[in-house]
Amino acid sequence: MSTPNKPAPVTPVLTKRWLSPNSWSIRTYEQLEGYTAIRKALKGTPEQLVELVKASGLRGRGGAGFPAGVKWSFMPPNEDKPHYLVINADEGEPGTCKDIPLMMADPHSLIEGCIIASYAMRAHHCFIYVRGEALHCIRRLNAAVREAYDAGYLGKDILGSGYDLDIVVHAGAGAYICGEETALLDSLEGRRGQPRLKPPFPAAAGLYAAPTTVNNVETIASVPFIVNGGSDWFRTMGTEKSPGPKIYSISGHVTNPGQYEAPLGTTLRELLDMAGGMKDGVPLKFWTPGGSSTPMFTAEHLDVPLDFEGAAEAGSMLGTTAVMVFNETVSVPWAVMKWTQFYEHESCGKCTPCREGTYWLTGILERMVAGEGTESDIDTLLDICDNILGRSFCALGDGAVSPITSGIKYFRNEFLALCEKNRKRNPELVGAQPGVQS
Amino acid sequence: MSAESLNTGKTYGGSSVGGGPTHQETVPDVDVVKIAPVPAEHLVEEGTPDLSVFDAKTVERAEAIVARYPQSRSALLPMLHLVQSVEGRVSQAGIHFCAEQLGLTPAEVSAVATFYTMYKRKTCGEHLVSVCTNTLCAVLGGDDIYRRLGEHLGADGKRLGHNETAGEPGAPGSITLEHAECLAACDLGPVIQVNYEYFDNQTVDSAVELVDKLRNGERPAPTRGAPLRDFRTAELELAGFFPEDEAEYQAGVDGPSAAVETLRGAKLAHERGWVAPAMPDEAPLPEVQKK
Repeated sequence: MSTPNKPAPVTPVLTKRWLSPNSWSIRTYEQLEGYTAIRKALKGTPEQLVELVKASGLRGRGGAGFPAGVKWSFMPPNEDKPHYLVINADEGEPGTCKDIPLMMADPHSLIEGCIIASYAMRAHHCFIYVRGEALHCIRRLNAAVREAYDAGYLGKDILGSGYDLDIVVHAGAGAYICGEETALLDSLEGRRGQPRLKPPFPAAAGLYAAPTTVNNVETIASVPFIVNGGSDWFRTMGTEKSPGPKIYSISGHVTNPGQYEAPLGTTLRELLDMAGGMKDGVPLKFWTPGGSSTPMFTAEHLDVPLDFEGAAEAGSMLGTTAVMVFNETVSVPWAVMKWTQFYEHESCGKCTPCREGTYWLTGILERMVAGEGTESDIDTLLDICDNILGRSFCALGDGAVSPITSGIKYFRNEFLALCEKNRKRNPELVGAQPGVQS
Repeated sequence: MSAESLNTGKTYGGSSVGGGPTHQETVPDVDVVKIAPVPAEHLVEEGTPDLSVFDAKTVERAEAIVARYPQSRSALLPMLHLVQSVEGRVSQAGIHFCAEQLGLTPAEVSAVATFYTMYKRKTCGEHLVSVCTNTLCAVLGGDDIYRRLGEHLGADGKRLGHNETAGEPGAPGSITLEHAECLAACDLGPVIQVNYEYFDNQTVDSAVELVDKLRNGERPAPTRGAPLRDFRTAELELAGFFPEDEAEYQAGVDGPSAAVETLRGAKLAHERGWVAPAMPDEAPLPEVQKK
């Protein structure tokens, strides 16, 4: 079935402990190679660890795909100011549901990753910023941190290495924008979560204007495995430019929705096969490769390799590998309207294109879905999208236009059909002079 | 210059544009609170509120939050959760309390409190029921669930709206209903949270049954999360304070999380004997030249 060097369709690495009883306890974690990677890491130097992560090709799992090792290397080598590691656990991109199960099932893998990454970046303080609505994760992480302190993995002179680290679990308060790294830092400083202008980048001036790295949960949880297995092992999965395993979250109209950890580059056809195919056999209409901010795909894209390059070449983005699957019963303009309402609600209001643009987009889409739209509304939508994309302060604006532009690109007929209904209700007055009807 | 000459409308360039009395000067004062489209009483309160609701224990907890951070202002978000655990909302008193603890102005605290969805301005019910109505959950039934719960919890033929409470807020069995954005449980949709504990794979009927039980004082078990308590206890945990009783603490931590959906990939691999490629016996850290 598979060639000798090709990994299995599902490659449990991050998810390999999830089936174990009480997988979240330190006891289970230690029985399953837990906290072996920090012993190895603390014997090496920070430079070696940065080099290792660079060589592994690990790319950020929060959506942007920036090489993690390169990001780490931006941290200054001196310690003129304290360094900080901040974990972005503010999972909220529609469709995305990988970090929350990870933190519930295996919080210690994140904690161990935090210790190694903090050591590599000379940070002595690490914050895990968890979305407030994820209370059970917050509870598990707090328990894991407490267990790690008791076991000597956190605090002063960790395992006799002379290295000190404190971890604080911090609860957010319900704002999607705080998933943007600079908004997250402002929020962690006790302010409204609004993005900052870059540069300076966080590595130069992040939390409290000190050198800071912000990494996603899944990225950091991968680090202990890379330390134990090495970069060549990590690269046995995935593709040359997108190596490693990745948790694909499949939701929507499939028979068996859930979390499937597979090598990067897996296609939707393969994922659907694992997930038991389309629910009740109703055909696929559209899907997102990585959350609502990634332009939608259709049945034409079943064989697009879902890695950073493959998704981009096909006109979308890999995002968070939040694969939302919609069947033929779902109206595209309606779905697009719902997502746009979300972006309107979550726009932080700092910049005009996003704040005003999402408001007008929502209004127009609601009108169209109510059957009151006209063909020129489609042009207006695209025009507004043009004025948001690349012109808003952060990526929220870019994300907001993705469903609209891709929806119109692939399903313009559905938008036109909504206008058709309207036209029938208000027939053109043949022969009437424009402007003279009462 | 006399007041009269100010109103002659002569500017430096000799134009009369912009001269004369302003519009505001020609109309009577407007009572903005009275004409506000939404009742605004809870936004505007005169004088310094009474902070006695925050007892010594709360002060002690506020200080413990501050001690977690290198800079005190970072304590603001958890501290707002803390005051919400006391009052079931962030009141003017709560805002003044945080401001006092952190050396901020009430305006600075207000600006933050009004930015985040989870800080409630009206007192919440014993339970907060959040229904995900983002696209994917909505397609699977979330919109229907939210609509039905609104009808079911409404009174006198009026549907209960977003952020409205059925029953006397805070009293046993009272429920605040809200529609929520994506709750990051899409593989388990449509999803509801009660006090931020997950109730997965809901239907209209199961949701109605759930709120009926809550109104009857029952505490149904979440599919993922700790044994259900109330909104204020959840807020206390968000502030970072967990049960002091060890058994109760452990019961919360050990509350279920292993949903079938969560484990599907791992289980499939286990059944079919699929594993990740084996790690080498030795994988030394790379050599780097000391700079």
